[in-house]
Amino acid sequence: MQPMTTEQIRVLIARGKLKDTVFQALGIICLAIGLLVIFLLVGDMLMRGLDRLNLEFFTEFASRRASQSGILSAWVGTLLVMLVTAAAAVPLGVAAGIYLEEYAKRNWITDIIEINITNLAAVPSIVYGLLALGIFVYTFGFGQSILSAGLTLALLILPIVIVATREAIRAIPSMIREGSMAVGATRWQTCRYHIIPYAMPGILTGVIIGLARAIGETAPIITIGALTFIAFLPPVPFTATGMDGASAGLFDWVMSPFTVMPIQIFNWTSRPDPAFEVNAAAAGFVLMGMVLSMNAVAIWLRYRMRKNIKW
Amino acid sequence: MQTHDKPQLKAEARNLNFYYGEAKALKNINMPIYDKKVTALIGPSGCGKSTYLRSFNRMHDLYPGNRYEGEIRFYPDNTNLLSPEVDPIEVRMRVGMVFQKPNPFPKTIYENVAYGLRVRGESNKRILDEKVEQALRGAAIWEEVKDRLQDLAPNLSGGQQQRLCIARALATDPELLLFDEPTSALDPIATGAIEELVHELKKRVTILIVTHNMQQAARVSDYTAYMYLGEMIEFGKTDEIFIKPNDKRTEDYITGRMG
Repeated sequence: MQPMTTEQIRVLIARGKLKDTVFQALGIICLAIGLLVIFLLVGDMLMRGLDRLNLEFFTEFASRRASQSGILSAWVGTLLVMLVTAAAAVPLGVAAGIYLEEYAKRNWITDIIEINITNLAAVPSIVYGLLALGIFVYTFGFGQSILSAGLTLALLILPIVIVATREAIRAIPSMIREGSMAVGATRWQTCRYHIIPYAMPGILTGVIIGLARAIGETAPIITIGALTFIAFLPPVPFTATGMDGASAGLFDWVMSPFTVMPIQIFNWTSRPDPAFEVNAAAAGFVLMGMVLSMNAVAIWLRYRMRKNIKW
Repeated sequence: MQTHDKPQLKAEARNLNFYYGEAKALKNINMPIYDKKVTALIGPSGCGKSTYLRSFNRMHDLYPGNRYEGEIRFYPDNTNLLSPEVDPIEVRMRVGMVFQKPNPFPKTIYENVAYGLRVRGESNKRILDEKVEQALRGAAIWEEVKDRLQDLAPNLSGGQQQRLCIARALATDPELLLFDEPTSALDPIATGAIEELVHELKKRVTILIVTHNMQQAARVSDYTAYMYLGEMIEFGKTDEIFIKPNDKRTEDYITGRMG
């Protein structure tokens, strides 16, 4: 083959660069489509719901009249359900992840467990709802309560928490583990002083992403029987409840009936009166805001905590 | 330097074999480790010197599929470090280790050194403070870090990190200190500081050091063992090994004809 002339080399480069430009443009277009859809969705909800987005919307219960309806019971319910979800999923998921990474021997049993966890993440959420209806609502007798809903969603995000925990642990170099063991630490001391703290940013990120998924789940919550119309709040601990004036216990609220944001939205969109659609749009916007701010918190936490962890 | 010929034994490998799964990595090793002396392990890459070193604190127990045969006797109590009845944690409480790459924990300088003591249940602030200072002085890094004990350890330079890791190992008064190529990630000046430190430390503790650097072995050690393909080819006083090796293979390695 003849050596190329400068002229030929330039032609070759120009051709290569043209492909560069074409691919770059395509990439930007694809990205723009994705972003545009999100902006349109959020923007559209904001425009349509803007009329109802005031303080009263947050402090009023749902009502028969659209203009007086609010999301008080829904956002309080969502918050409390998330609290139960996190309280159940975090210790279970983190402990399971630590066990699998730090303690379990590699054999066929752990292989089966691993495959199962991956499968669990793919189970449709309605199936979790059916499972929870049988177990939590009836067998355990938790009824149609915040507790049932929280535990159901905890099951749903458990695989996410386990996988996030394992990945965060795997990112810790083995020389750190060896350094700890070499001074005579037990496995638990190594976990307690090193593995858990260093994995925490990754674990927290996983937990928040899991919660952000759980917060929008509707199907399993409907299955276990969340009410679509509810005009009271769960009992606040140590305050008088009802007519007998007895004081509520610290955890009475977990057994209370409830509704959550997505159910409230679903309820409003299925009404014939178009005025409720404004409420639904406004509530949808609030829910989006909740999810996005949770993600923002996850990013911020990860950034803050990782600053002090380097090897 | 002791003048009499027979120094005391601190440890002794007897018919030591080691297997990574099916692969035999150490072949029938017999070797004494003398008390308050520096013993260097030299040999080409893959000869098993790190594997041998990591047997002394049962580091291999952390990973599945590893198996020891034979004994490492530890004196004065004549414990077999490799016995299944001896808890590896007990072994690691008595035998400290410094790794090839400095591996400080992403915690403060103070907490890095105090860690071994905390693991042993020590929580008295006064005792911790005292021990941390002692260990940092022992590792010749006290003057450099005494005003910033609460700084994060990974922000130190590589050489400082390695001396901090030595302090971490010293804080718990080990009887034997293992060094696994401690200067291979350091520049010549930091290397010099570590070598000087090793020389200083042998007054208090027995040292076993793996090194790729023959000059380093000659400079810091009293005894040298040459390993090749998992076998202990030759063991003897460092000056004898370097001046007049008995085995042709040792001579070839030392003179640079091989490895």
